[in-house]
Amino acid sequence: MLNDWIFIGIFLLLAPIFPALALLIPRLIAPRKPNPLKTETYECGIETYGETWVQFKVQYYIFALVFLIFDIEIVFLFPWAVAFDQLSMFAVLEGVLFIMILVAGLFYIWRKGVLEWV
Amino acid sequence: MSDPVNSIAEWLRMILSSWGLSEGLITVILGVLGVVILASFVLIVDIMLVWIERKIVARFQDRFGPNRVGPYGVLQPIADVIKLLIKEDIMPNGADKFIFNIAPIIALAAVLLLWAVVPLAPTIIGADINVAVLYVVAIGSLGTLAIIMAGWASNNKYALLGAFRTVALLIAYEVPMIIALLVPVLLARSMGMQTIVAAQSTWYIFVVPLAAVILFISSIAELGRTPFDISEAESEIVAGFHIEYTGMKFGLFYAGELLHALTVSALISTLFLGGWRGPFVDQVPILGPVYLFIKSFFVYYLIMWIRYSFPRVRIDQMLGFNWKFLTPLALCLLIVVAILDKLLVGTSQAVYVLVMLGANLMIVWATVLILRKYARVERKRIGEERPVAVPPDTESSELVGQE
Repeated sequence: MLNDWIFIGIFLLLAPIFPALALLIPRLIAPRKPNPLKTETYECGIETYGETWVQFKVQYYIFALVFLIFDIEIVFLFPWAVAFDQLSMFAVLEGVLFIMILVAGLFYIWRKGVLEWV
Repeated sequence: MSDPVNSIAEWLRMILSSWGLSEGLITVILGVLGVVILASFVLIVDIMLVWIERKIVARFQDRFGPNRVGPYGVLQPIADVIKLLIKEDIMPNGADKFIFNIAPIIALAAVLLLWAVVPLAPTIIGADINVAVLYVVAIGSLGTLAIIMAGWASNNKYALLGAFRTVALLIAYEVPMIIALLVPVLLARSMGMQTIVAAQSTWYIFVVPLAAVILFISSIAELGRTPFDISEAESEIVAGFHIEYTGMKFGLFYAGELLHALTVSALISTLFLGGWRGPFVDQVPILGPVYLFIKSFFVYYLIMWIRYSFPRVRIDQMLGFNWKFLTPLALCLLIVVAILDKLLVGTSQAVYVLVMLGANLMIVWATVLILRKYARVERKRIGEERPVAVPPDTESSELVGQE
C-alpha cells in the first residue's frame, strides 16, 4: 500500500517534467525574433480595446456555488457506497434521505430561477 | 514468464539489492523507472493518436486524411512534432509570463497522472490505491485549472471568454460524472480500480447501462468536445483558451486533449466494460493491456463519432441539460441502485443482474415519457411565441402579376 503511494508521489514529481522537456527543446533550437506586430494580442485583426481582465458575470459565480454544494455532499456519499455491505436497510434509507435533501435543494434553486442562464 | 513486467521488476530488485542498496532506495528507483516507462508508453500512444484521429475524422468527412508521409501517412504525427519543435514561440503582449508558460505543462501532466491508476492487467497497475476513483476526480479537475490559467494569462478577450465558459461547463458536468462514478463504486464496494475490475464478473454496462451513458455524456462534456465544445468554439471565439499559444505549447494542449479523450475511454472501459477482463487473461496477464486498449479504442471511436456528427449546443442549453436533466436523472439512478442492491442481497447473480437491468430500463422509459411531455409543452410554447412564417405564394403571385 505504501509503495503505491510512493509511486503516486514520484509520478506527481515526474509528470510535469515530460511536457517541460518538450518545451525546453524549442527554446534551444527555435528562432526567436519578436516584434511589436507579432506579439500583438490576436483579436481577429482589430486592435485590442480596453482592459482584458474584466469582471465576470455573476451567473458563473452562482453556478459555481451550486456546484460546490453538490460536490461536497457527493463526497460524503463515497464512504457510504464503499461501506455498503455493513449498512442495514435503515442506513441505506438514511443515505437515500440525504440524497433526497440534495434533490429538494436542486428543485428549490430550479424554482428560484437560478438555473436560467440570462 | 507469464507476467513479464513483475518478473523484470523482481529481477531488477534482486540486482539492486546485491549492490547493497537499501530497501527504500530500491523502491524509489523502481518507482522512477516504472513512471518513466508508463509515461513514455502513454506519450507514444498519444503521438499515434494524432494520426488515428486525423485519419478517422477524414473518413467521417469523406476525405483521405494524411497520406503523404510514410505508408498511409503514419509518419505524419512525427513530422508534426518536428514542425512544432522548430516553430517560434510567441509571447503575446501583456501576458502573465509564468502562468502562460506553466499552463500547457499542467494540461498534459494532469492527463498523464490519470494513468497511474488505470489497471492494465491483473498484476500490472501503476498504483493500486484504495481511493482511485476520488483520485481520478481530483486529478481530472487539474486539467480545468490549466485551461483557466491559459485563458487568464493570455491577455486576450477570446481566451478569457473561453476560459469562463470552460469553468461553467466543467464544474457543471462534474456533478453527474461523480454521481455516475458512485454507481460502480457502490456495486463493487470499493474505490480501488483493481477491485472494481475484479468485481465485474458481469460487465457493469449490462448491470447499470444508464450510469455508463451518464458517465459517457458528462465525460464528453469534460473533454470539451463537440457537442460541448463552447470553450473553443471556432465560429465564436476563434480557438478559445489556447488562441495565443503557438508552437510546442499549443502542441502540448493538443496532445493533452487527445490523450484525455483516450484516458477517459480507458476509465470508462475499466469501470463499465470490464477493463482488462477477457478470455485467457488469468493465464497470460500480458493480454490484459490488449483487451483494455481494444475496449478503450472502441469507446474513443464512439466519442469521435459523436464529435463529428453533432452540432454545437448553446451555453444555456448545455447548462440546462446538465442541471435540469442529467443531474436529477443520475441522482434518481443512484437511489434506485442503492435500494435495489440492498433488497437483492442473497439472490443469485442472474436475478440480480436482470432486476438491475430492468430497473435501469424502467428509468429510461420514464425519462423518455417525461421528455416527451416536456417537448410537447415546449413545442406549443414556441409555436405561440413565434407565429409561422407567411407562406410565400402570395408574394410570388404578386410578382407573377407584375410581370
